Amino acid sequence: MQLSREDLLKAYRRMVMIREFEEAVHEEFSAGSIPGFVHLYAGEEASGVGVCMHLNDNDYIASTHRGHGHCLAKDCDEHAMMLEIFGKKEGLCGGKGGSMHIADLSKGMMGANGIVGGGPPLICGAALTAKTLKTGGVAVAFVGDGASNQGTVFESYNLAKILNLPAIFVVEDNGYAEATSSRYSVAGSQVNRGKAFDIPAVEVDGSDFFAVWEAAREAVERARNGGGPSLIHSRVLRYYGHFEGDAMTYRPADEVANYRAQKDPLMQFRRRVTEAGLLDGSALDEIDRSVKDRIAQCVVQAKSAPEPTEADLLTDVYISY
Amino acid sequence: MAKKSYRQAISEALRQEMERDHRVIVLGEDIAGGAGGDAEQDAWGGPMGVTKGLLPLFGRERVIDTPITESGFIGAAVGAAATGLRPVADLMFVDFMGVCFDQIFNQAAKFKYMFGGKATTPVVIRTMYGAGFRAASQHSQCLYNIFTHIPGLKVALPSNPYEAKGLMIQAIRDDDPVIFFEHKAMYDMEGEVPDESYAIPFGQANVTREGDDATIIAFGRMVNFANTVADKLSKEGITCTVVDPRTTSPLDTETILETAAETGRVVVVDEAHPRCNMATDVSALICQEAFDKLKAPIKMVTAPHAPVPFSAALEDLYIPSMDKIEAAVRSVTGKSH
Repeated sequence: MQLSREDLLKAYRRMVMIREFEEAVHEEFSAGSIPGFVHLYAGEEASGVGVCMHLNDNDYIASTHRGHGHCLAKDCDEHAMMLEIFGKKEGLCGGKGGSMHIADLSKGMMGANGIVGGGPPLICGAALTAKTLKTGGVAVAFVGDGASNQGTVFESYNLAKILNLPAIFVVEDNGYAEATSSRYSVAGSQVNRGKAFDIPAVEVDGSDFFAVWEAAREAVERARNGGGPSLIHSRVLRYYGHFEGDAMTYRPADEVANYRAQKDPLMQFRRRVTEAGLLDGSALDEIDRSVKDRIAQCVVQAKSAPEPTEADLLTDVYISY
Repeated sequence: MAKKSYRQAISEALRQEMERDHRVIVLGEDIAGGAGGDAEQDAWGGPMGVTKGLLPLFGRERVIDTPITESGFIGAAVGAAATGLRPVADLMFVDFMGVCFDQIFNQAAKFKYMFGGKATTPVVIRTMYGAGFRAASQHSQCLYNIFTHIPGLKVALPSNPYEAKGLMIQAIRDDDPVIFFEHKAMYDMEGEVPDESYAIPFGQANVTREGDDATIIAFGRMVNFANTVADKLSKEGITCTVVDPRTTSPLDTETILETAAETGRVVVVDEAHPRCNMATDVSALICQEAFDKLKAPIKMVTAPHAPVPFSAALEDLYIPSMDKIEAAVRSVTGKSH
């Protein structure tokens, strides 16, 4: 399987969409127009998009508290997402979920999750549905390096393996669980943890779209063909703090700047496809422009969109009660 | 109608629903028992034998023995429910919720609301509760009040075999997450149970006795204690209404308030610890909505604020007894021996 020109354009557009979306949220949060907690995915774009390029609406993903990027990679609507983050009535979840709970099950997006390590058991369930009802679908759990130490993650590796579930675990290791380095908090290696359960596991440079795409291709194929679970350890870097407002004193001052200059995932992608003559720079520039406009428009509309009202407070607690 | 045990009633409900709907699966620790071994494959059928016999009918695809990892498999049941199956997971003892509560109260309970109404999570979690088995502090609690506290969950407490079958069928057909509490001392209790399938709607209390002198509102196993007390007292002319709410969430507040107002003398019986339990909840409801109808202070009969003890001598003191219920009724009615 190869990436077509359309695939490459789609992948780039999704990555730029995530970057612009997160930069806009960063700005608006700093300006005080977004309530609550937000955790940004900027810098990790190639990881989520590299995986989700292999998925369709019939496949499920479970995300983390840092979920905007996974939503966009899974093709959730950016306009409805922006409204949701602003807490508006027409938001993707009616303004009831917010940044940490954005979901769209019709797109196979089972939700960002406010609980670290909350997603992998759910993904075992989605994979069990796929296996039992023979939908042909697969299910992907994204977890961070912090979550990788949670018992739920190990329980899910075990369950996925013994039930031979079409599940894929993507450990997005951005180097810090909140403020604590994964060099300190993670014993052993992510790959060896997978191998301990006889789950095929690989480590990839998560800033390299093509490396992630290739690893995910194998994992998704394995799952679709009844070969059971896989693990991908994707090394990434987040450009912002654990949460917006985090002073990041636990990071070297030049860490992000150096990474941006040398390994930025969008820059790498652009260089790779233009040098190989797969796409020309002007097509990419056009995507940059149109996505920037689109996100700016989303922000403007989100600001003026109506708030939920008291009538919305008690709806959707139950289906019937 | 045939006499069946509480165990058989639940088992029959599961079998009939699995026959009716291919999306219904059961999973849990030793739900069949025997997976991967070289001997009997349906060795246990769950710790109390409730699911015995399902494996030969439905196979390993739909009767899934899980590892002893409650977070993992309860979470998987929740995820499966959100994506198209209708799982019935067995959380062996409710005391084990400590290791998987997140998947229930932060995930299953909140999906619909957090996701703007677009999620459906039709999961049933069966669990054993209650004292009387000399099973000590970590295998004897009630805890249904904790689940009742959480918006998004429904909580069923069947008080006899008939109720167990009808409420289980409703639980499986219900589109919201349901925590289904089975009292471990009731599995051998027998009662009339129709062979055919029937569902008992949630949130509709059952008035098991009607009387003029006092209203006893009781939960789960305690409904049977209350019925026995009511029958005894009726012989000396003290007649009681007994209310079995069947579900604590939704709660049939209408029937509770009506029957409380009719006698004006109320006893609430709850096997759970006394703080923030169903007895305090129902008492507060009556005080707020029907205070002017009360002729005496409400009496609550509950377990004490202590863990469940092991010793038979102590456990018997711990469980709300029929003597205590009787004394409470005499107290609110002012009719002593």
